[in-house]
Amino acid sequence: MEFGLSEDQIMLQETVRRFVAEEVPLDLIRKVADGDEAAIIRLETDLGALGLDGLLVTEADGGSGLGVLDALLVQECFGYGIVPARFLSNSVAAYALRDTGSALVNGIATGETRFGIALNDFTSRRDGSGLLIHDDTVAGSTLMAMDVRGATHMLCLANDAIHTGEPGAAEPVKTIDRTRAFSKLGLASIDKGIQIKDVDRVFAVACVLMAADTLGAAQCMLDKAVAYAAERQQFGRVIGSFQAVKHLCAEMAAKLEPARALLWHAAHAIDVEDEEALAMAFLAKAHISEVGTFIARTSTEVHGGMGFTDLVGLHYWFKRIGVNRQVMGSPMGLRELAARQQGLVA
Amino acid sequence: MDLTLSPEYAAFRDQIADTLKANAHLAPGPEDKGLKHPKRLAWQEFLIREGLTARTIPTEYGGYGAEPDILKSRIIAEEFARSGLPRPLAGQGISMLVPTLLELGTPEQKEAYIERTLKGELIWCQGYSEPGAGSDLAALRTRAVEDGDDFVINGQKIWTSTARQADMMFCLVRTDAEAKKHHGITYILFPMDTPGIEVRPLVDMTGAANFNEVFFTDVRVPKNGVVFEVNKGWQVANATLTHERGMLGDPNATKARFVELVELMKTEAVNGQRLIDNPVLRDRLMALQGEVYAMQANGLRITTNRLKGESPGLSGLVVKLQGCELNHQIAGLAIDALGELGILYEEGEHLRSGGSWQWRYMYDLGLIIGGGTAQIQKNIIAERGMGMPREPRPARS
Repeated sequence: MEFGLSEDQIMLQETVRRFVAEEVPLDLIRKVADGDEAAIIRLETDLGALGLDGLLVTEADGGSGLGVLDALLVQECFGYGIVPARFLSNSVAAYALRDTGSALVNGIATGETRFGIALNDFTSRRDGSGLLIHDDTVAGSTLMAMDVRGATHMLCLANDAIHTGEPGAAEPVKTIDRTRAFSKLGLASIDKGIQIKDVDRVFAVACVLMAADTLGAAQCMLDKAVAYAAERQQFGRVIGSFQAVKHLCAEMAAKLEPARALLWHAAHAIDVEDEEALAMAFLAKAHISEVGTFIARTSTEVHGGMGFTDLVGLHYWFKRIGVNRQVMGSPMGLRELAARQQGLVA
Repeated sequence: MDLTLSPEYAAFRDQIADTLKANAHLAPGPEDKGLKHPKRLAWQEFLIREGLTARTIPTEYGGYGAEPDILKSRIIAEEFARSGLPRPLAGQGISMLVPTLLELGTPEQKEAYIERTLKGELIWCQGYSEPGAGSDLAALRTRAVEDGDDFVINGQKIWTSTARQADMMFCLVRTDAEAKKHHGITYILFPMDTPGIEVRPLVDMTGAANFNEVFFTDVRVPKNGVVFEVNKGWQVANATLTHERGMLGDPNATKARFVELVELMKTEAVNGQRLIDNPVLRDRLMALQGEVYAMQANGLRITTNRLKGESPGLSGLVVKLQGCELNHQIAGLAIDALGELGILYEEGEHLRSGGSWQWRYMYDLGLIIGGGTAQIQKNIIAERGMGMPREPRPARS
């Protein structure tokens, strides 16, 4: 019995953490948010050079053959530094394509294949969203497609099953989070002959990774709040010595720390195909979204007026957490899925 | 990450499960009331003999004498939960005094008290809190004045569980009124039938007297009851206070309550609709399940840290705050789900679950306050867990 990270996992996370801290400063994120092409390309190139995109690709297919738990540790670092990485989309696609015999997985590992992802129709369909396959053509479009820019392929829901295909016409959807691009997207073509069986399980992996992103972003907001409270002085004292402020920080930590363990457990459960895995993954994203939202507002409050400004840039984390909460299943939608999964819905 | 048990531990688990199952007929039932009911004492003796409690306490003091093994202790706790059989005795004598005596007691004290306490023959109560010393325990003022071979005690304790049933008290008293507050306290043991001790039940919001007030008027107790040294009582008490906090917020107990709540919502119906089929209630239930999962995973993480001899850090510090709050919320949802029947409390035709959800909703609030209030827990999390500055202390007079 060992509930914890291995030496290798700690090292992997440390490597990515250091990369994010040293190579992805807030200034670069601001440029990406402003649509600076040079900055976007520089970040893409640096992230590609990290060689992480094949993490969930099996060794036989040229990848690292690691598990969802390893992937979540990486995604947590990207959330911490609000890095707009394609890692989540590539990882979910690599997981979905395992055992399908598709050559695309090797492409993920080499960097030739770059996935975007659009699974939102799994939990919420609206404004005419939805992809429909008739014979060899794909009609319709899907909302909130992620990582479309530069993608060679998309992983999306069509006819209630998960398919891969080439991205077609994309229309930007402007969200509160300008660091990550979302699109309304049609497909140019659909890949025939790839059978992705377990839609629920693929969606669960997407949930775990999205939750990991929120976990990282929330941890960063907590760290920033504690650091700010140790510096900022009012009434001749650092504000962190006031219980009113200190208790806010304690509440954030008290909610976040068990959420981290929950997420590790959910990822591990998927890796070992535990029967509780899916319900746990859905509840993990729902729960961490709630915790994240609490931390996003509370950390902003601890920063006082500065938290509200663009100067500190805290709002980028606030918005990252806010977007993660709504996409790939809202907390309420996921709780209903978890109930269904456990046979609690008549 | 590996949540499976090695063959050695899997065999241990099976053996524990078999032992409990084969001897279930020895267990006392709810009708065997009273802390010293012969059936309860016999069950306790059986559990010690089988190494299911008092496991790491040396045999010379009446324990089982096994090497400490956190995983085995966890397996035993889980198997008790699974079997539904009554757990071993875990009063304050066993959980707090015995570890203290093992560490700091004289040979005579160990000889006199440990074995009888483990067997349930000697019931203890804890004399710590006072009306003016709650969160600020070191401000306690119950005075003990030296007189020959004795101390003479005057003052008052409060929040004393089992004071009416107890044979003995382990007590913190002020022996030096001039010293700084942490340096004038002594930890002392004495019989509850000593003349001058008066116990008054303290009725709480549940309607029962789960606690007591204890008054001391010229209570003369021998000096040989002092544990460790005079005026070093704060150190003695601190050796076990952290232990008490660990007891509150056990995730296995929380999970058991959650399972009961799911069962309640599946079986109860209002207007022909099962409670679980009400989407608002179901959503709240699932939100709580997310938290139950989180506290369970957090518990596994702490166990692993302890196995490796590492400090669990923040994950350990948050258990009391989060665990007690979660229990309270589970009871709160059960009451809401029961609607107007949720207010029933005493025997009657329409009572559900014996009124236990209301009892828990109130008692759990007591636990949020007791054993270190939620606010004190937040100070600890912020100061010890995240290195935030301490509250500036008022100048000493």
